[in-house]
Amino acid sequence: MGTRGYRYKTSHSLPGPGDGGNTGSWRVQRPVIDLTRCTPAKRGAEACFACWLYCPDVVVSRTIPPEIDYKYCKGCGICAEECPTKAIAMVDESVYHEHVEG
Amino acid sequence: MHIIETGNVAAALGVKLAGVQVVAAYPITPQTPLTEKLSELIEAGEMDARYVPVESEHSALAVCIGASSAGARSFTATSANGLLYMHEQVHWAAGARLPIVMCVANRAVGAPWNIWNDHQDSISQRDTGWIQIYSCDHQQIIDDTLKAFRLAETTSIPVMVCYDGYLLSHTYMPFEVPEQEKVEQFLPPFHPSYALDPSSPANLNTVTLPEIRTDVHGEMAHGYMEIRYLLQEDLRKAVQVVEEIDAAFQEIFGRGGAPLVEPYRCDDAEYVVVGMGSLTYQLWDVIETLRTEGHKIGVLGVRLYRPFPDAAVAAALRGARGVFVMEKALSYGYEGALCSDLKSALYDHIPDKSRAPFVKGLVAGIGGREIRTADLTDTLRSGLVGSIPEPGWIGIQL
Amino acid sequence: MTTRTTILSLPKEEYVHPGNRACTGCSLGIAYRIGLKALGPDTILIVPPSCLTVLQGLFPVASTKLPSLNVTFASTAAAATGVLEALKAQGREHTKVVAWAGDGGTADIGIQSLSGAAERGDDFLFMCYDNEGYMNTGVQRSGTTPQGAITANTPFKGKMQQRKDVAAIMTAHGIDYVATASASYPLDLYDKIKKAITLKGVKYIHIHTPCPPGWGFDTRYAVKVGELAVETGYLDLYEVEKGEFRLTGASAKTLEKGTRKPVREYLQTQSRFRIMSPEQAADAQARVDATWSTYSSGEG
Ligand SMILES: Cc1ncc(C[n+]2csc(CCOP(=O)(O)OP(=O)(O)O)c2C)c(N)n1
Ligand code: SF4
Ligand code: SF4
Ligand code: SF4
Ligand SMILES: [Mg+2]
Repeated sequence: MGTRGYRYKTSHSLPGPGDGGNTGSWRVQRPVIDLTRCTPAKRGAEACFACWLYCPDVVVSRTIPPEIDYKYCKGCGICAEECPTKAIAMVDESVYHEHVEG
Repeated sequence: MHIIETGNVAAALGVKLAGVQVVAAYPITPQTPLTEKLSELIEAGEMDARYVPVESEHSALAVCIGASSAGARSFTATSANGLLYMHEQVHWAAGARLPIVMCVANRAVGAPWNIWNDHQDSISQRDTGWIQIYSCDHQQIIDDTLKAFRLAETTSIPVMVCYDGYLLSHTYMPFEVPEQEKVEQFLPPFHPSYALDPSSPANLNTVTLPEIRTDVHGEMAHGYMEIRYLLQEDLRKAVQVVEEIDAAFQEIFGRGGAPLVEPYRCDDAEYVVVGMGSLTYQLWDVIETLRTEGHKIGVLGVRLYRPFPDAAVAAALRGARGVFVMEKALSYGYEGALCSDLKSALYDHIPDKSRAPFVKGLVAGIGGREIRTADLTDTLRSGLVGSIPEPGWIGIQL
Repeated sequence: MTTRTTILSLPKEEYVHPGNRACTGCSLGIAYRIGLKALGPDTILIVPPSCLTVLQGLFPVASTKLPSLNVTFASTAAAATGVLEALKAQGREHTKVVAWAGDGGTADIGIQSLSGAAERGDDFLFMCYDNEGYMNTGVQRSGTTPQGAITANTPFKGKMQQRKDVAAIMTAHGIDYVATASASYPLDLYDKIKKAITLKGVKYIHIHTPCPPGWGFDTRYAVKVGELAVETGYLDLYEVEKGEFRLTGASAKTLEKGTRKPVREYLQTQSRFRIMSPEQAADAQARVDATWSTYSSGEG
């Protein structure tokens, strides 16, 4: 066939992130962790990680403290709802955009 | 070794010799004895394969699709409504470029129910992207089955080997069973370019967008249209591959030739009758009679129906004044599909339209209606003087 | 008695890539992510058209790090059998074959091939994620859509019929393992998958996966809604291992403590039930009560 020489003759997809693009742009609200209320952060030891467990989008790290990958976090708020210490607040994205623009 | 057996057994022995690893099938007349034979061979330990007695034809081809995607040589067989029930899967197997081989013991489709032979089942799968071969006798059934695996695996396109239900599937005829060592020489083990494997993960048959898109390596990957074009391109190229494989087969087994079309007394023929399957050889007898009456007439058997060997068909018909296409199927609402294909080939390959032959489509043997040699002879005899009674359905009693 | 997995003992390895196309708050994302942890890397997935097809990525990008075969809607279980037979023929039996389909691809169009594979005893795990409708095509009713739910093709009156109990249908096949689970209880799901893959034949796990846009609730409550389904007895977590029925996790606890909440509390969370009649709601409660009257606490 032409000059492009495609790698496959079929629909053969290889693993990688961001099939849907930077899904962080879907977010209306941003989850923000208050480390003063987050158990593993406070204790400096592995604990809780409910936000990691329930995140449907694989964007919370299982680290001390947990970190959120805002490039892909869709802002569902499940982590905020499930955090036993209410350490995660959902903050309107507009706050950040104003900040960036201003 | 020469044996006398049925066409279904010839197919089964071909499948066994081919070293098929996974067989999945669902019973339907007249295919049933073929798959029963395979289950027998496998249960008796004479064939090292896995037999999956599925709950439907849709699943039979699904099993083959799964097995072939995981790199196993896979086979199924069916007839009539079983093939129609598979239809979605038939398309899928071609789009996924899986080298599955399927035997179709040709049978009429319902409604109404009819278990006897015609070609409506496989002809109605013409546009699915499968290669379709029509065998005319038992030797061809076993040989074509073996060639089909090599063809499928060379082109990454599934192949249907079609043979007439009852007329070939259930009749006993002598044929030679190829030797296993020679088969292994002809057909190497199946090594697909990719088989599902956790050590190199890929998601196959993923939703594919209309437009091209960058992959994870930053390279441009095709869209749906390119995938479909590549299938079409490879199918067109497969005409030549069929010839190459036939030549390789001939070299090892000393049999074969004419894998696209089989002309019989066409060289000096003013008129040519075209047919597929067992009808082809019945027509040989008919034209012998007409020849003794002084008519210059020949027979062209179409062995490869998809991809359509348009150049070979047109070449064989060059110089003919008239062509009779005799079919056991119809594109309802128009004419026989082979007739349309053939006209199209002539249009493309005979630039001077004033030298193109007339083409007359005829229908015969629908739902197993007996095709009497005398009727064929009479019909063609009147055709030579341009007076075939309408509608050109041989043997119809209206 | 096997030890229960905890968040801290759950494997850290992820098999799903971020940035996939599932809707915001899709609980399938939780079930899938945790499910793949339980399956591990030596696994081949078989997936029919569904929201999972979309989650798994559009060509040429795969959102899953495991090999996966997309197949036609009705053929999931049969295609899984095909993969399995190929692996056996090649001496690759160590690789797990796992079919993962939606409720439509399981309860409706896929049930024939699933039933066939179960009857044959083909050795793979079939997981149904139940978002109670054809979500991928825009939220139409399916066999598992509950009575009273508004969908795109039960738009004004809601679905009139009761939901189909696929786990019971699979249990009737006499297979070694049938379980129900919920995306809201990922560790219970994890342990069930771990157990299932040690057993022979078709194993079946039915996973409740709340769907925010399809059911009509705020994304942040995806886990809460699933929990309420269990806490009200609308969905019971159980397993039937070699014919032996046992409530598990939160359902076992609810029975033990007698803390079952009224079904109304679950129904109220979703706008799809907004026109449910009082009779239908009462019927839903009565059905749950009838089921729970058959459970006896103490014995597993
Ligand atoms: C044979 C066939 N019929 C219909 C469809 C269209 N279709 C694709 S996905 C889907 C619904 C899937 O529902 P379900 O299995 O519950 O998965 P969900 O989308 O809800 O996750 C339908 C009807 C199809 N792809 N193939
Ligand atoms: S759920 Fe809350 S407390 Fe637990 S780790 Fe996450 S932020 Fe910290
Ligand atoms: S749970 Fe939702 S909001 Fe929280 S990090 Fe994950 S995607 Fe973002
Ligand atoms: S429609 Fe529902 S199940 Fe489908 S991706 Fe969206 S949230 Fe998930
Ligand atoms: Mg669904």
